[in-house]
Amino acid sequence: MESSSSQRVARIAAHLNPPNFELRREECRAKGGAPGFKVAILGAAGGIGQSLALLMKMNPLVSVLHLYDVVNSPGVTADISHMDTTAVVMFFLQVKEGENITMLNLLYECMHGLTLSYYCGVFIFQVRGFLGQPQLEAALTGMDLVVIPAGVPRKPGMTRDDLFNINAGIVRTLCEGVAKCCPNAVVNLISNPVNSTVPIAAEVFKKAGTYNPKRLLGVTTLDVTRANTFVGEVLGLDPKMVDVPVVGGHAGVTILPLLSQVKPPCSFTPEETEYLTKRIQDGGTEVVQAKAGAGSATLSMAYAAAKFADACLRGLKGDAGVVECAFVASEVTELPFFASKVRLGRAGAEEVYQLGPLNEYERIGLEKAKKELAESIQKGTNFIKK
Amino acid sequence: MAATSATSATSFSIGSKISFGPKASQLLLPKPSVVRFNSQKPLATFSGLKATGSMNCESESSFLGKESYAALQNSSSPRSVKSTGRTQYHLNPQASYKVAILGAAGGIGQPLALLVKMSPLVSSLNLYDIANVKGVAADLSHCNTPAQVSDFTGPSELADCLKGVNVVVIPAGVPRKPGMTRDDLFNINASIVKTLVEAVADNCPEAFIHVISNPVNSTVPIAAEVLKQKGVYDPKKLFGVTTLDVVRANTFVAQKKNLRLIDVDVPVIGGHAGITILPLLSKTKPSVCFTDEEIHELTVRIQNAGTEVVEAKAGAGSATLSMAYAAARFVESSLRALDGDGDVYECAYVQSDVADLPFFASRIKLGKKGVEALISSDLQGLTEYEQKAVEALKAELKSSIEKGVGFAQKQSVAAA
Repeated sequence: MESSSSQRVARIAAHLNPPNFELRREECRAKGGAPGFKVAILGAAGGIGQSLALLMKMNPLVSVLHLYDVVNSPGVTADISHMDTTAVVMFFLQVKEGENITMLNLLYECMHGLTLSYYCGVFIFQVRGFLGQPQLEAALTGMDLVVIPAGVPRKPGMTRDDLFNINAGIVRTLCEGVAKCCPNAVVNLISNPVNSTVPIAAEVFKKAGTYNPKRLLGVTTLDVTRANTFVGEVLGLDPKMVDVPVVGGHAGVTILPLLSQVKPPCSFTPEETEYLTKRIQDGGTEVVQAKAGAGSATLSMAYAAAKFADACLRGLKGDAGVVECAFVASEVTELPFFASKVRLGRAGAEEVYQLGPLNEYERIGLEKAKKELAESIQKGTNFIKK
Repeated sequence: MAATSATSATSFSIGSKISFGPKASQLLLPKPSVVRFNSQKPLATFSGLKATGSMNCESESSFLGKESYAALQNSSSPRSVKSTGRTQYHLNPQASYKVAILGAAGGIGQPLALLVKMSPLVSSLNLYDIANVKGVAADLSHCNTPAQVSDFTGPSELADCLKGVNVVVIPAGVPRKPGMTRDDLFNINASIVKTLVEAVADNCPEAFIHVISNPVNSTVPIAAEVLKQKGVYDPKKLFGVTTLDVVRANTFVAQKKNLRLIDVDVPVIGGHAGITILPLLSKTKPSVCFTDEEIHELTVRIQNAGTEVVEAKAGAGSATLSMAYAAARFVESSLRALDGDGDVYECAYVQSDVADLPFFASRIKLGKKGVEALISSDLQGLTEYEQKAVEALKAELKSSIEKGVGFAQKQSVAAA
């Protein structure tokens, strides 16, 4: 029994090429000039993660794409690895303890990267990736950008806050991994409730001594996307040409679209302002209702997240003038975190812009937003501190 | 390559259980098949979904935004932009076409809908399915791109979905599970395709029809029969989507030969299942030398790539994301052709006379009326290996076609 399983281990070990994996990574670094960035998606097999993986695989700024999840990441990886775009994809599958994975038993000795490539009569199975316990570390080492859509989505009737308990724990674990393995990476946090998970992430990083407020960004791009779309509808403009700053947070009344600052400059009637503001604030709920239990926004979220990740990569590349709204550590208000326009650069969110002039309606909205946001931030911070 | 026999008890599982049949007897040495990075190679100009021919349209690159596109152009050397020497086609900014996706709430349909929503060529996107499509449409409608999204649920709304549409894409149907061939899906998917194409015939007979539902080798002939019965059959406008085989061929060849992906183009002919998929490696651009071993390995890998994904997903489905990517690329090519671009070439499974079979996949030139030309020269000057493979695939393709035609004719007799 022992000898046959160690024979199998030995035979499989003979097929492993861990040095090649190390060499390949070093080759990338040594050549310098970064022909592309290394991006990890934590939660890549989920509703948002899959479409996001598809879009990131299509982005020419990405050279390596690591897909991490607790289920199904090999399948998603095998799928998108066939696309003829430059990014190289690898899966990382976090296996739960006690799960019946015979391959894992065989390979416990060989915790290196594994290439499964064997011809079995009809089937060829060639997917590159990693499985076993410490897969989060392997997924994150050397990453430039980490995008985190992991977590559970809302069902009809739920608020983003109802997700808090599950998603808070998930975000904590994942951020601990980030702190350990790629403390300098830019983190794009999607997991709801963003108003709380970003403070959670900050506390985790502070505890680990790796906190860099410029590199932790809560993704609010979908609110901007929705704002642009709805304003485009109301005004009869091409939505790609519209730009509405959306500030505050990423839930209900904490979402504050600054319609008075829209580009191209337009004025709205009070009814239009009311309608648009409400619709932008409830956009997520609109989709949760329409999906009737089948999930929350996945495709538009993937679209927005890919857009934001791309902006971060362009910033990292050194492009000038990359400005996006994001939920970041901020001194724009008295709250420790606040979403506003930020300029993205090599250091991450290099400059956080002030809100600019607000009209009466927006000033009132701002007070309401701050009130709820303060509680959500506190809830997140307490989750770690307690 | 070392051939080692695995013990009969070997079962490899990723995530959940996958067990390989008793034929498992050889282990290939894994070849690290990663494209090596060389900083001297400039970033290829991103022209969205790569298609043969014109590189000048923004296509899916629209999601990156103009700044990113410009940034990429600045960072890459001018040499990386392919100049075809022909008149450059410039995207008409007013171009606006209506696309319908039948099966939009499914595994392929959803990401496909996302990619089509992102296309600047689309003004209307009609999404149809038997359930869940309201949510998908609500989701997508928030993306700030010009395409207007509408949802249609159930057969009673199918007609409205199709009115005035320029391109109909049909990914509807069930996917394979491990151990199934595409043919096992025949019974369910054949009826689905028949019903949907009948509605297309009634509501938008002039549209381009892209059939994705497997087994494509049979469902395209079914569609043709249905359209004939309705008296609206235009063989130039009915396509079985085989772009994914081309995408896979490009990827695997580029990996094997360390080529830049954006340069690689491999024509794939025949059909869209197992050995009916024939990559013409001898006609790869840029031209490369393969050893006989490599040819065989690559051909088999390309033929079984779909199964590779079915196995990897271990019951969770078949290729959805890469299929969506490939299908979106083909939709884009069709729209550009409709728009007047004279340089659109794709591989597709169409009614054909290049081989002695009624339907055959080969490279085609796309134009405003659909298939403008079949590139029959692809079937000349084949290597011995490829000649043999063509002969071998004909028998299976023939029987798949006959199965499809037989199904459609039987149904029409029953209905009469």
